[in-house]
Amino acid sequence: MSRTDDPLQPPTPAGRAITEPGDATVLEVRALQKSFGPTQVLRSIDLTVRRGQVVALIGPSGSGKTTVLRSLNGLEVPEAGIVHFAGSDAIDFASSPSRRELLGLRDHSAMVFQQFNLFPHRTVLQNVIEGPVQVQKRPVAEATADALALLERVGLADKRHAYPFELSGGQQQRVGIVRALALKPELLLFDEPTSSLDPELVGDVLEVIRELASEGWTMVLVTHELQFASHVADNVVFMDGGVVVESGPPSEVLVNPKNDRTKQFLHRLLDR
Amino acid sequence: MSQDTWDLLLQSFLPLVEGAIRGTIPLALASFALGIVIALGVALMRLSKVRVVSGIARIYVSIIRGTPLLVQLFVIFYGLPSIGLLLDPWPSAIIAFSLNVGGYAAEVIRAAILSVPKGQWEAGHTIGMSRLQTLRRVILPQAARVSVPPLSNTFISLVKDTSLASLILVSELFRQAEEIAAFSQKFMVVYIEAALIYWLICLVLSAGQSVLEKKLDRYVAH
Ligand SMILES: Nc1ncnc2c1ncn2[C@@H]1O[C@H](COP(=O)(O)OP(=O)(O)OP(=O)(O)O)[C@@H](O)[C@H]1O
Ligand SMILES: [Mg+2]
Repeated sequence: MSRTDDPLQPPTPAGRAITEPGDATVLEVRALQKSFGPTQVLRSIDLTVRRGQVVALIGPSGSGKTTVLRSLNGLEVPEAGIVHFAGSDAIDFASSPSRRELLGLRDHSAMVFQQFNLFPHRTVLQNVIEGPVQVQKRPVAEATADALALLERVGLADKRHAYPFELSGGQQQRVGIVRALALKPELLLFDEPTSSLDPELVGDVLEVIRELASEGWTMVLVTHELQFASHVADNVVFMDGGVVVESGPPSEVLVNPKNDRTKQFLHRLLDR
Repeated sequence: MSQDTWDLLLQSFLPLVEGAIRGTIPLALASFALGIVIALGVALMRLSKVRVVSGIARIYVSIIRGTPLLVQLFVIFYGLPSIGLLLDPWPSAIIAFSLNVGGYAAEVIRAAILSVPKGQWEAGHTIGMSRLQTLRRVILPQAARVSVPPLSNTFISLVKDTSLASLILVSELFRQAEEIAAFSQKFMVVYIEAALIYWLICLVLSAGQSVLEKKLDRYVAH
């Protein structure tokens, strides 16, 4: 990632072969499988994410949405399937990839957690620069300047010296987003970023995500906020029973679903 | 109280305090510092997924906790010479006490590491940190906070346990008391005076513990 980048903008694929086939594709996932003990949670998951795209992952509780995100981020190791980030070698989980390959996954994406998972013993600013300084080995002054610009952007620059416990849930989650952005990942992963927030705090966080989407950040978003998904997503993927049941633009999947399971799921959510 | 008793109390006060300052306190500090290093290593071994490694740590903890400290001390000071390892009183005492602290504190540290939510490991990983980096920069600082109260108790116990070192000829507070008592034949007076000095040290340590806990409490998520 080139240093002259504006910290507020998504990273450009600098140094990547422009002529690579399917250049616009950031991520390809094929036939991903994952079991926990005897239960197979992911049977066969396919997913394609293009540069600048927002993919919303929806589905019933326990359908494996979180497991998909975690697998993309190397927090979970699938038994089989392929994860291929553009510019890197594809990882074939069936041929037991090395630890180095798995760690390499994390260079491509960063996760925003449902429970925020900020570091409680570090200030807001320290939380944000931890990755850039400790992992990416960027100079502290530079990482700090970028972090402050990002915090400014989500309205939290004045909280930079606060500790996480001094912030509201909505503020903590915005710090969580900034912590991920500061790494300039090619792909942002959001796991139900608003579902542990009080209703009145949801709006601010969704607004930040909406802006990031319009600025061209690439993201995969697990959400139960269908309204929001239909506005912000380019592609909606409905998962159930460990497979992708239906996917396509929100106008199809959310408005005119073809599959019965999708219809049932949407009905149940809308009836609540 | 008779004039004699007062005189004895005053005369023995300085030697006893000297025993505390030159013996008890440095012995406790050195053993604790070393003991914590051992405990951290043992705790990490206990958490290892490699069975042999965690097994060795488990056996170590079990032996330390399942045998009297006095016996451990005697094995090192009186026992080791028979296999050609002759150690002076001070090194013997420090080794015995730090191995002992290592066993007890390992369980405290292990529990503290386990008490840090799993999400903290994941947050470390998602920003690209390795396991070791996450342990060092994310998990241990939080575990340290959780361990302060129980480790303070370990330290206070250790201060009192150092009196056992008198039995292997380390001249600490209690050894001084024994000598003065034997010489003056006023056992009650001298031993109560020694007890009061131990008590005073522990009161100061307890006060320090609560100050430290209040300070650390600020940063812990509630
Ligand atoms: N570490 C684990 N060990 C055992 N089972 C697990 C583990 N993680 C997830 N599971 C199981 O895998 C299934 C899928 O979990 P996952 O969290 O991916 O679902 P989800 O779609 O994110 O659900 P939700 O909408 O409730 O967040 C669930 O049945 C869950 O109990
Ligand atoms: Mg989930």
